[in-house]
Amino acid sequence: MNYDKLLNTTLQGLKPSGIRKFFDIAAEMDEVISLSVGEPDFATPWHIRQEGIHTLEKGRTWYSPNAGLLALREAIAGYVRRHSGVEYDPKSEVLVTVGGSEAIDLAFRALLNPGDEVLIPEPSFVCYEPLTRMAGGVAVPLVTRVEDEFRLTAEAVKAAITPRTKLLVLPFPNNPTGAIMEREHLEEIAAVLRGTDIMVLSDEIYGELTYGREHVSITTLEGMQERTVLVSGFSKAFAMTGWRLGYACGPAPVMKMLTKLHQFAIMCAPSTAQYAAIEAMNNGDAAVASMRDEYNMRRRLTVDGLNKLGLTCFEPQGAFYVFPCIRSTGMTSEEFCGRLLKEKHVAVVPGNAFGESGEGFVRISYCYSVNHITEALKRIGEFLEENGLCK
Amino acid sequence: MEKLLNLLDTNARLTVEQMAVMLDMSEEAVAAQIARLEADGVIRGYKPLIDWEKTDRELVTAIIDLQIAPSKNKGFDALAETITAFDEVESVTLMSGGYDLSVKLTGKSFRDVAMFVHKRLSPLDGVLSTATHFVLKTYKERGVLFTDEKKDERGLV
Repeated sequence: MNYDKLLNTTLQGLKPSGIRKFFDIAAEMDEVISLSVGEPDFATPWHIRQEGIHTLEKGRTWYSPNAGLLALREAIAGYVRRHSGVEYDPKSEVLVTVGGSEAIDLAFRALLNPGDEVLIPEPSFVCYEPLTRMAGGVAVPLVTRVEDEFRLTAEAVKAAITPRTKLLVLPFPNNPTGAIMEREHLEEIAAVLRGTDIMVLSDEIYGELTYGREHVSITTLEGMQERTVLVSGFSKAFAMTGWRLGYACGPAPVMKMLTKLHQFAIMCAPSTAQYAAIEAMNNGDAAVASMRDEYNMRRRLTVDGLNKLGLTCFEPQGAFYVFPCIRSTGMTSEEFCGRLLKEKHVAVVPGNAFGESGEGFVRISYCYSVNHITEALKRIGEFLEENGLCK
Repeated sequence: MEKLLNLLDTNARLTVEQMAVMLDMSEEAVAAQIARLEADGVIRGYKPLIDWEKTDRELVTAIIDLQIAPSKNKGFDALAETITAFDEVESVTLMSGGYDLSVKLTGKSFRDVAMFVHKRLSPLDGVLSTATHFVLKTYKERGVLFTDEKKDERGLV
């Protein structure tokens, strides 16, 4: 069989995720110190895990309604209202998905017709471009720059809009840069969008993880809720990555389509995870706050350590990544990561895994203990010194 | 102040420089606060958490519940203070509930501990009764797990 001829050509044309590029090399090494994972080192808070266990003990192992347990949808609507003041009807405007990723995929497939353009800020998480293409859309990268603290500017949006523009992705707080959008910057973008038919996919999976200031959702701005699909989930803030649970909120006609697709492809998100998630939504704020405090301290330590080594980074205000510039070393991102791994057994992710504009940067995660971070920074320092790249 | 204490409580070996960065304070301010906390007796000392079971040292730890008669002037304090004076005694706390003092002590052997209770604690004036509980295994102490360390199961990349 010639499988190349059988397989979907668009899919075959997609590049594999660059995040995993060095995985095989790292896996074979002893004592790798990794600063590369995109998930919390905390286990899910115990009271949330207990809810999952409890429902298993009670034998609640059936399908839930397609859109998710109504109690969870109500809890999500309550949570969103409590945090941003935006109201969603749990019955028609909330969908529980298998991670935020599924919600992103559904939104693209529900909204895009062949040739529709999707504006995707870059650097950003690896899934938007491939999923856009699989849904028949055309990905249009909007480069964000370190000079703008990796914020998306209204000018960039305006310049990229064509009659085919269907959707703007707003991935903030941003993976990998840690950038956030403040209200004034969102207002400028909202002003560009008002009066158009362009929808917004606001991926706020890191919305709870901002430091020193509250996350602002574009849905809170005048006229934006009606054109926005809000995507979030439990993985990052509640340390629930393995439970695979996320959600989408948006206008009822759009959510109806997302739900239709979800029903055919997935049936429903895992029930155990949904029961646990109700507890997370209703009683998880304290645990989130305490993890956020911890991340904040590690963030400061990491940024300070990198800057002292001469790898300058703008101070990230959200998510759990630092995105230092490595141009001063004269290496490309991949060279830097490859050699750092080989010579010092420290794994970080090359910036170009998140789009071409990430070249010259690396992503460093601070989802690690202080001792781990300190040791990794020490090794990065040795790496620079041994290669004559010290500040 | 509370944040600094919480940080020290999780890792007392962080340097002043590290703590200053983590708490967004100047190094001088951190050093001054620590000095203050020490002077005021808020910080009573710094010790490692040792899992003695992993060493060759043979140790037996016991927790003894004591019922005592409060003295007229000093209540429970007088007898409690007397008990703290023994080197074998690791901690003494006044409890609510069915007994009054909880005394944690270590000895070389069960017999050692038993004899201490029998010869030193029980005869003290005011001690009404003792109940000795030997520690069999420590799972967690001061927020730190003593069971074998969990591996980071997350993928490397």
